[in-house]
Order: sequence, then C-alpha cells, then structure tokens
Amino acid sequence: MEYFLQQLINGLTLGSIYGLIAIGYTMVYGIIGMINFAHGDIFMVGAFVSLIALLLITALGITAVPLALLLVLVIAMIITSLYGWTVERVAYRPLRGSFRLAPLISAIGMSIVLQNYIQIVQGARVKAIQPIVTGGIPLMESADGFVARIANIQIIIIVTTVVLMTVFSLIVAKTSLGRAQRACEQDLKMAALLGIDTNRVISLTFVMGAALAAVAGCMYLVYYGVLDFYIGFVAGVKAFTAAVLGGIGSLPGAMLGGILIGLIEAFWAGYFSSEYKDVAAFSILAIALIFLPTGILGRPEVEKV
Amino acid sequence: MSSPARQPFGLAALKDAAIAALITLGLFAPVMGLRTAQDNSGLTIVENWWPVLVAVAVVFFGRLILNAFFWSDNGFKVTDLIPRGEATAKVGETLAKLLAPVLIIVAIGLPLIPGLDRYYIDLGILVLTYVMLGWGLNIVVGLAGLLDLGYVAFYAVGAYSFALIATVVIPNYAPGLELWAFWICLPLAGLLAAFWGIILGFPVLRLRGDYLAIVTLAFGEIIRIVLLNWYEFTGGPNGINRIPDATFFGLEFKRNNGFADFFGLDYSSTQKFIFLYYLILVLAFLTNFATIRLRRLPIGRAWEAMREDEIACRSLGLSIVKTKLTAFALGAMFGGFAGSFFATKQGFISPESFSFIESANILAIVVLGGMGSQLGIAIAALVMVGGFEYFREFEQYRMLVFGLAMVLIMIWRPRGLISSRTATVFLKEKKTVSADMVAEGRG
Repeated sequence: MEYFLQQLINGLTLGSIYGLIAIGYTMVYGIIGMINFAHGDIFMVGAFVSLIALLLITALGITAVPLALLLVLVIAMIITSLYGWTVERVAYRPLRGSFRLAPLISAIGMSIVLQNYIQIVQGARVKAIQPIVTGGIPLMESADGFVARIANIQIIIIVTTVVLMTVFSLIVAKTSLGRAQRACEQDLKMAALLGIDTNRVISLTFVMGAALAAVAGCMYLVYYGVLDFYIGFVAGVKAFTAAVLGGIGSLPGAMLGGILIGLIEAFWAGYFSSEYKDVAAFSILAIALIFLPTGILGRPEVEKV
Repeated sequence: MSSPARQPFGLAALKDAAIAALITLGLFAPVMGLRTAQDNSGLTIVENWWPVLVAVAVVFFGRLILNAFFWSDNGFKVTDLIPRGEATAKVGETLAKLLAPVLIIVAIGLPLIPGLDRYYIDLGILVLTYVMLGWGLNIVVGLAGLLDLGYVAFYAVGAYSFALIATVVIPNYAPGLELWAFWICLPLAGLLAAFWGIILGFPVLRLRGDYLAIVTLAFGEIIRIVLLNWYEFTGGPNGINRIPDATFFGLEFKRNNGFADFFGLDYSSTQKFIFLYYLILVLAFLTNFATIRLRRLPIGRAWEAMREDEIACRSLGLSIVKTKLTAFALGAMFGGFAGSFFATKQGFISPESFSFIESANILAIVVLGGMGSQLGIAIAALVMVGGFEYFREFEQYRMLVFGLAMVLIMIWRPRGLISSRTATVFLKEKKTVSADMVAEGRG
C-alpha cells in the first residue's frame, strides 16, 4: 500500500511534466493539424535556459529559493517562447499550403537543428546540479519500515501545473485570443474570412505551447537535477503519446493523457522493470494511434473528400 | 522577422533589420553567450560573446541587404535566380542524363585506380551503404508516400539476423558451411527483414501520413530497446562480435589458400576491401534496378497512385492493404540486405548503431535527394555522408547542417534539389512536371 502510494505520487509528478508538454502538441495539432516534432526539443531548450538562469541567479547572490525559482521560471518562459515563435516563423509558416508531409519533415529537421545547436553551444556532457528544493512530508509507514513520502519539489510541481492549467484554460475559454484560437481550430479558412489574423493566432499558440514546455523544462531540471541535449526526444514522444491518448486537440485531454502516461510509467517501473518503461510508453503510443485515434476526450475526426 | 518590407530602401528596412537582430540577440545571448561548464565546485557559467555578436551582425546586415536588393519592388527577387516551371524540369532532365553515367563509371572505376589509399575505398563503402539505404527507404517514402521514421529497425533486423545466424546457427547446426555463411545469411536476413516489414506494416494500415510516421518511429524505438535489454539473445549493449567476414563465394581473403592463391594473385589486404566495395555496389545497383523495374509493374504504379491520392486509389479498386504491405516489405528487405552487409563489414554490431538519429539521417538523404529521385538520393548521400566524412573537422556540425537542409529544402524545393516527377504512366503525351508546380502531394 505504501509502495503503491509512493508510485502514485511519483506518477502524478511525472504526469504533470508530460501534461505541460502535451498541451503544446495538442494546441498546435488542433489548429493547423501538424505534429510539431520539434516541441520536445523546445522543452529541452527550456530546461537549458532554466539551468543557465539558475546559475546566473545563484551567482548574483539571490538565495531565497521561492524567489529564485520564480525568476528562473519567468526567464525560461520568455526565452523559450521566443524560440517557439521563431521556429514557427522560420520553419512552419512558409509551408502553409505545401504538401501534406512537408511540415512534419520540416519539424523533424528543426528538431535535429535544436538538438545539435544545444550540443554545440552547451557541450554534449550531462549537466548535473545540486538539488535546490529538499525535504518532504512523510505520509505513511509500512510495517517493514518503508515510508511513503511526498517531496516538497513534488508538491511544487503539482501545484504549479494545476495553477498554470487553470490560467491557460481560462485564457482559451474567456479571452478574445482564446475565442480566436477556438475559431481557428474549427475552421482556419472561415476564421480568416471573418477577419481573424490567423497567422497571429498560430504564432501565439506556438508561444503558449513553448511557454508551458519551458515550465516543464524548469520542473524537470529541479526534479531530476540532470539534463543533456537529448532529453527532448523521449520526453517529446511521451508527451505526444499523452496528447493522443487524451484526445488530440483537447486541453483537458492532454493533461489527463499526461497523468495517465506518468502513472503507467511509474507503476511499470515500480512493479515490472525499469529497462522496459520506454517500451511501455511507445507501445501505448502505437496502440492508442491504431485503436483509439480520437483519444479519450477527443472529437472524432471526419475525413472530407 | 516581420513580413519583408516591399518598398524602397529606407527607414522601414532599417527597422525591420533591427527587429530581426534584436530577436537573434534574444535567441542566442542566453544560450550561446552563457556556456555552462563543469569545474571543481560544480557547474559555472563561462561567457562567450563573440559568436553571439557575429550572429547578430550577420542577421542585421543580411536582413538589410535582403531588404535593399531582393525584397524591394524595384530590385530583383532572389527567386528569379532559380529557373521555374518547365525550364527547371528540362535542366534537371539534361543534368540527370549527363550525370548518371558519369557517377556510375566513377563508382565502378574507383577501386581500380592504382595506388589508391584504402581510406577512399572505406569512404566509398560508407557512401554506398547510405545510397543503398536511401534507395531502400525511397521505395517506402518516395514511391509509396508512407513516411517511415523507423526504417533503421529493418537495418537492425537485417544486421542482427545475419549476425545471429552466422555466429550461432551455422556453427552449431550446419558446421562446414561457415565459408558460405554470408551467402546463406544474406537472403535469409533480407527475408526476415521483409517479414518484419509486414508485421509492423499490418497495424498501421489504417493510419494517415503523420500518424503513420509517429507509429513507425515508436516501432523503431521499441525494437532498439528490446535489442538493448534482451541480454540472452542479443548480447544487450555489448552487442555481437566476431561476425564472420564475407567470402568470395567460399574463398576467404587470407594469405594462404585464399582468394589470392586461387586466382594466382599476390596477396594484399586491400583485396578484401575492394571486394566489400563491389559487394555493396552490386547490392545498391540491385536495389536501384529493382526499384526502376517495379515502378513499371502494376504494383509500382499502385504505389505512386496511392502516394498521390489514397481515396481515389481505393475507389478505383486497388487493394490498399496489398499496396502498403508490399512497399513496407520491399523497403524493409533492402534495409535488411544493407544491415547484413553492415554486420559483415564491421564484424561487430550493437544497438547503438540503430538509434533514431540513423533513421533521421537516412530520411534526410531521401528528402534532400528529392523523394522519388534515384539520382538525387545518390548525390545527397555522396555530398552529405562522403563530404562530411572527408572534412572531418566539421563533423560536429554535420547533423546541424542535415537538419537545416531539411527545413530549407521543404521551404524552397519540397520535391528535392534536382527532382522532377515524371509520371510512369501517361496519356498520349509524356509531360514532365517540375517540382515547383506541384502542391498537395500531386505531381
């Protein structure tokens, strides 16, 4: 029971990170129908920017952990959004109206570019930092002395995710930008005819997705404390799995999918084998796409001829 | 990087350039200017501003020049430099006619140049391996229009089948056939890879382009992780070593009683490499020949039809199941052959050689060559693999260039650099469709 509880907490934390990345996939797919393959690498850039910001802030002598974390988060969100915007502007916008697979191939190219850019400018070695948030709350103790505990950093991650999810859901539900986004999602051409600046909406969607990926990157950094230029690939594929599983195009679906993937991975690693945990995630991706392409909360896609 | 100013050179252009430079600064300053480095006390930051300054200056002045000369109304447009429409198609066709025989002659003649350094033969083998992989993947991506991101899985299946049959099955169950190991295992490995192509093809039959791509990526990764973790069978991360060399139809390349003695030649260690070179050359030509012939068969036409419009294809009564599965199986088979060759040439394989990067590499070659163009793929492999192998000092920029090239090709010439689609089947008159005139997967 204690072990189960521990895996549940770990899974929820991991799932929050995946969910944050998944939102970027799901929003972009909802509006322009492309898989932004480079999104995982945007997450990786976010983690690196967080690392640099953290080192700078420590060097400047700001030691209050909450303030430092907040600053890192804000800096990472701004810089990473700029990356998200630029990638869309440079690699995807010129391809509107090109053939079907062109944006995906371009996105794969962009993903390779981002990975190798970071590898060249930041070095290929794994970067490790000391944990900055320590401590935790013991919840339950079993007879043989195993203590299930929730670490403070896990609380921070889960709370931040919930807050950000609420904020972004409100943006999509209540603001004029959100209304424009939903209109574009239904029918891009019609939205353009009705006077919506669709290019701007698409750009801002990429910015929002990148900002959330930056948060995920920052959380990844403080949770694991290690990163390299390659973390974006696996995290990206898993987050995409989450988006598909939850129903691509649906915001709550992305979060739900993220948490499901996080839980599956945590329990798989906890009860079966950690070597094959990626196989579990990849298999779910294949199974979800083949048997459940609309996901749990998605709308069925009608193919028009 | 707002929309280019379409007006005479002036303040607007300056403003545009300044904004672009500012964005560049924002992108590069934190990540490139502040480098994290490990020292005794942990991670620290090393400042490194010169590259950032250079990048910002290049963007600023580049943007200014573009605005002044290329994007303004009175200047000429950069796109004018590229001939459009029929002209491109014509140029491409003549170029292809001239270039293809030259390349073939060079490929055949290369090892015969007396006194050639072994290094160049190795380089040739490497390039030809990628040419073959590119041609194999081209069946799936270029002809059938199925974006396969897990192609390296079949390469791995071929390599591991070969290695396991040659090191385990033959010595234990068929001793005496060791010298023929390569020639027995090669077709078996191809068949096994094709079999896996069908197995992995079945579940993805219903999927559309981009979903299919992601599922093939997942399959590729699953196969790699299984190879990595199934110690008893594959040796895990240690891989398989002491894979037997290929023999010249039973004649080994050794000092005594081998190939050299049999033909009365002086023994030389390069003979083996020249043999390997011709082996991969023949395999690559086989792939090319099969592709060209298949395109003229009903199945090849069905591939091309499916690439252009799957729904129309289905309405006309073509079996999508058959069409897709044959494309997967044949593409996989050639991947398997290449994998066998890789295993015998290296003598050692491990899961490391079969990561997603390798799939992306092969895909990049196919994309750069122009999906569907045999010659284009050969040139892309020559330039991208051979070029970077030759200029070793730029090795770390190789994948960066690959990625950038993929993006740029998609923007400027989505059908590849020298590609022009000539329809295999035509009505009355054969028309060449240039890459510029096709959109939405047509042409």
